[in-house]
Amino acid sequence: MSMIAENISLHLSGFDLLRHIDLTVEAGKVTALVGPNGAGKSSLLKVLTGDLKPTCGRLLLNDRDLEQWPLTDRANLLAVLPQHTTLNFPFTASEVVELGCVSHLTGYTRDREITTSALDLVDASYLQKRLYTQMSGGEKQRVQLARVLAQIWSPSDLGQQFLVLDEPSSAFDLSHQQMILDIVRQFANRGVGVLMVLHDLNLAAKCADNLVVINGGAIEVQGAPEDVLTEQLIEKVFGVKSSITRHPVTQTPLVIT
Amino acid sequence: MRYLSALSLIRSLVLLLPLAVIVTLSVGTIEISFDQMIQSAIASVTGSETNSQIAVILWDIRLPRVVLALMVGAVLAVLGAVMQGLFRNALADPSLIGVSGGASVGAGLMIVLAGGWLVSPIAGLSLVALGAFLGGFITTLVVYRVATSNLGTSVTTMLLAGIAIGALAGAANSLLSYFSDNQMLRQISVWQMGSLSGANWLKVSIMSVICLCLIVQLPSQAKALNALLLGESEARYLGINVQCIKRKLIFLTALGVGVSVALAGMIGFVGLVVPHTIRLMIGPDHRWLLPASALAGAILMIIADCIARIAVLPAELPTGILTALIGAPFFVALLLRQRRDI
Repeated sequence: MSMIAENISLHLSGFDLLRHIDLTVEAGKVTALVGPNGAGKSSLLKVLTGDLKPTCGRLLLNDRDLEQWPLTDRANLLAVLPQHTTLNFPFTASEVVELGCVSHLTGYTRDREITTSALDLVDASYLQKRLYTQMSGGEKQRVQLARVLAQIWSPSDLGQQFLVLDEPSSAFDLSHQQMILDIVRQFANRGVGVLMVLHDLNLAAKCADNLVVINGGAIEVQGAPEDVLTEQLIEKVFGVKSSITRHPVTQTPLVIT
Repeated sequence: MRYLSALSLIRSLVLLLPLAVIVTLSVGTIEISFDQMIQSAIASVTGSETNSQIAVILWDIRLPRVVLALMVGAVLAVLGAVMQGLFRNALADPSLIGVSGGASVGAGLMIVLAGGWLVSPIAGLSLVALGAFLGGFITTLVVYRVATSNLGTSVTTMLLAGIAIGALAGAANSLLSYFSDNQMLRQISVWQMGSLSGANWLKVSIMSVICLCLIVQLPSQAKALNALLLGESEARYLGINVQCIKRKLIFLTALGVGVSVALAGMIGFVGLVVPHTIRLMIGPDHRWLLPASALAGAILMIIADCIARIAVLPAELPTGILTALIGAPFFVALLLRQRRDI
């Protein structure tokens, strides 16, 4: 069971945004998507999550066409955290996270439990009663993350669940960057397939089982981080000279520019 | 932090509403005491003879008017809350989708073109009301069509289209006023101020059908509206059928506001400020915001209409003026209080 994109192309207002993308997000694994600005990372996520219809190609979620899943069933299988969420209404953090439970049918008490645990997991329990509009950028991002985690908090009997995160750590400090890696791993260990866009190559190398480098709307290379990340590749894709060593503790590749 | 819990606000509004109804029933050119009201009610139920003048004033003049005010206020306020949620903009109101502008043109057209027929109402409803409803409803459909492509309905386009159509409607109105004689001009401007003076049981029945429609349809949309505040994509990820909900809510708004405007004329302010005020007090959760707005809108409208009736006895003021006169200072006070808290 997995989330599969087969030969996806996206042609929008005269531009080829994506070209022949084949990508499999396996359940229980962390897939990281990296690439320069404008490479098509967000477009690919939009196609994968059903926001944009691909010009050609096929999308499968647990062996069934993405389009054919009823919306609420899909919501119980696939949770998506967009890069920016503009919420201008003064919900409290708890209320925002509870919105993640809209598709659940397990009742109010269970929703409350999930909300509390999800906020706790992202280190935001202290925000429960605070108004979203008055939070800092990092706090907002953590609350949104909690909402998305709450959506797939309990396993679903419809199949494997997937978590898609678009630059989830962009507003986080060091400790919260580490926190998100731990959370992602924890969900993956539970069987959730994770796909996330990251800008920090070292962060991606540290957490990914499968590292996908996308450039100019096509996949440049994908595989284990230690195979994928080479000095030639970084020069070719990002145009930056670098040297690659091993992280002294985790032994994952470390890109130094 | 919030000032009030949603439940306690709704509880007080529920208590306040019947009080407002009873007080407004009793005041007017002829004062009717609570005792007389009870007696008259008992008499009309048992069919016994009683003071017929009081019975007529109470049951045929004041009660339909108060009930109509209640329903129009509730519908305008609740649909204002719906529009603000749908447009994710706390400053949206039903006029944004063109319904008020269109209604105003429809009514104006009827007054100018069919002036002679105005005195002979069809089944108790004037042609002006019919014109207003059709104008409002058709305009909203046009705005909706303009904003809908095969990718779905863009609320931003809808907002812009609404502004454009609103400007067009304004021009059409000016044109109509320019070509009308003094009598028509006065009719147009009085209609635009909004008034409940023509209330009768037929209008009440029409309005109750609309209310019933909204009571059946809206509560199940509250959660979806909450999710929509996050954004349309986000709502879709949460399993909400966004396009279906947009279509439904816009249709309900066009219908509800169209009928309200047709029966009561242009009543500004209620749809914009009531939900906004309630949101400042209890937060944006539509499960509470919608009923609380409906109750508050009903109360504001009842009080405004009562003052409109009694302020300049024996004449009467247009209700639309009063809703703004009462609501605006309250709203400003709330804004000042909020500014102080920040």
